[in-house]
Amino acid sequence: MAKRIDVNNLNAYYGTFRAVADVSLTIEPRSVTAFIGPSGCGKSTVLRSLNRMHEVIPGARIEGSVALDGEDIYGDGVDPVNVRRTIGMVFQRPNPFPTMSIQENVLAGIKLDSGRKSKDELSEIVERSLRGANLWNEVKDRLDRPGAGLSGGQQQRLCIARAIAVQPDVLLMDEPCSALDPISTIAIEDLIHELKNEYTIVIVTHNMQQAARVSSSTAFFNLAATGEPGRLVEINPTDQVFSAPREKATEDYISGRFG
Amino acid sequence: MSTQLRGSILPKWFAAALAMLSIGAALLIENTTNVSGIGGTTALAVVLYLVLQTAWSFTVEGRRHAVDRLFATLIYSSFVAAALPLATLIWQVVHKGIAQFNANFLSHSMRSVSPSKPGGGIYHALLGTLEQVGIATLIAVPIGILTAIYLVEYSRGGRLGKWISFFVDVMTGVPSIVAGLFIYTAFILTFGMERSGFAASLSLTILMMPVIVRATEEMLKIVPADLREASLALGIPQWKTILRIVLPTAIGGIITGVMLSVARVAGETAPLLLTTFLSQSINSNPFAGPQAAIPTFIWDQISSATPASLDRAWAGALTLILLIMIFYGTAKLIARYYAPKA
Repeated sequence: MAKRIDVNNLNAYYGTFRAVADVSLTIEPRSVTAFIGPSGCGKSTVLRSLNRMHEVIPGARIEGSVALDGEDIYGDGVDPVNVRRTIGMVFQRPNPFPTMSIQENVLAGIKLDSGRKSKDELSEIVERSLRGANLWNEVKDRLDRPGAGLSGGQQQRLCIARAIAVQPDVLLMDEPCSALDPISTIAIEDLIHELKNEYTIVIVTHNMQQAARVSSSTAFFNLAATGEPGRLVEINPTDQVFSAPREKATEDYISGRFG
Repeated sequence: MSTQLRGSILPKWFAAALAMLSIGAALLIENTTNVSGIGGTTALAVVLYLVLQTAWSFTVEGRRHAVDRLFATLIYSSFVAAALPLATLIWQVVHKGIAQFNANFLSHSMRSVSPSKPGGGIYHALLGTLEQVGIATLIAVPIGILTAIYLVEYSRGGRLGKWISFFVDVMTGVPSIVAGLFIYTAFILTFGMERSGFAASLSLTILMMPVIVRATEEMLKIVPADLREASLALGIPQWKTILRIVLPTAIGGIITGVMLSVARVAGETAPLLLTTFLSQSINSNPFAGPQAAIPTFIWDQISSATPASLDRAWAGALTLILLIMIFYGTAKLIARYYAPKA
């Protein structure tokens, strides 16, 4: 559980367009790392490269390496399916499966995986995952109701429950709160605080207060101009990034003097 | 009063009154001139209504209201113009078909029934249509759905996918008699296959496939990419993502598409005449000998042109429409059962 990620010289492309250039960084286990930066700076692309979701988009590919506890996830013979089982992901918009109930949504990753499990084991996983996502008390009486019938914040926590049900080592979150109201946002942030005891978490956010609240390290990405690739400007402990950033660009961005 | 929130608006009864006026005027004009017939009078009334309403509304209410009323009227009359033929058709078929439509008609064949005598029935043709369309569906649905899955989920704009799309488009436009002719030359003439219900099924398959591919493709395209990504990110392999997430989400529309294709081929006549021809007797084996079908039954009865056979033709048409409605209703129920619930 909870593994370390080493990104080395990552270049990400959409067709011929280079969206991210020369990113190298290390993400420590059992920590929360925030990716911040303006739109189009490549932070989501880097995040998606960490569990091989980038290549799902037609024409998208990467160069460089991403190592999980020393093992290159882009190495020969590595199955992206196994990578994604180890490195889970939560998306910007809540996306529960519309044909499935709450319970089926939580179990989607397990049931659609090959392993057969007994009913007791499955209901234990459902309860553990929903408790882990702070959703159990709200939905325990209606587990067979459609997942799409929940509120936006509940749906997002359902998606987190679904992601942690398969017990990944790393959890990637791509702006998980940007479609949510402040109350739901706080619920998710509290959850991130609890989850970091067990998981390595990487979160992309546009909300700098959120980055300051939840993360221990912060990576700032920037791009020189539209059409230029995004680059990593700095990655440092969050306290340092927000109080005494190493780079001028970081200071300009977090103090609102950007652009 | 600084701003004017109330404009002058024509009263609610204006439209109804004007409609009466237009119809009255049209009838009057019809009586005094050579315009005649219900079609001419209706067209005249509609034109009168449009002109009068626009002019009246323009002077009283202003330009914006006049344009609004004009287009609202055009849209409503288009709807009526589109629905009218359908309503007339259903009324005609029910009205003329009900005379012969009974249990005896559904349970007897035309064996040893003289065309000029009443009696006989459609059982042999009903059986033939069910078997032929059933076999065609069994072949066309898997091929069509798998092709659409390839196009949307795997090819993703690749060269092979573009070629397949192109040929599917071409196939959509193939006239049904050409599909029949193809099976006739390729299977019956070249390989010496017997004329049979199965040969008819093959020609119907050709007609069904492109419709199923197109419909399924459109439905798969509107499944949000979010869902595929969510599934892949859980470590679910692509084939399971398609089978368990994408297809169930799109199943309602796919079933509707399949039903449209079934409805299309269930009424085909030309390819059946080439591939299985006619039969007056019950032949439950689709693999040997000519088999009847409802469309060819109707065609045959109309050809005889006796009062009794015309009654049978109308009853056959009613049977065909009812059959398709039953198919469609069942499919809608199945689709509703599987549809995403919120």
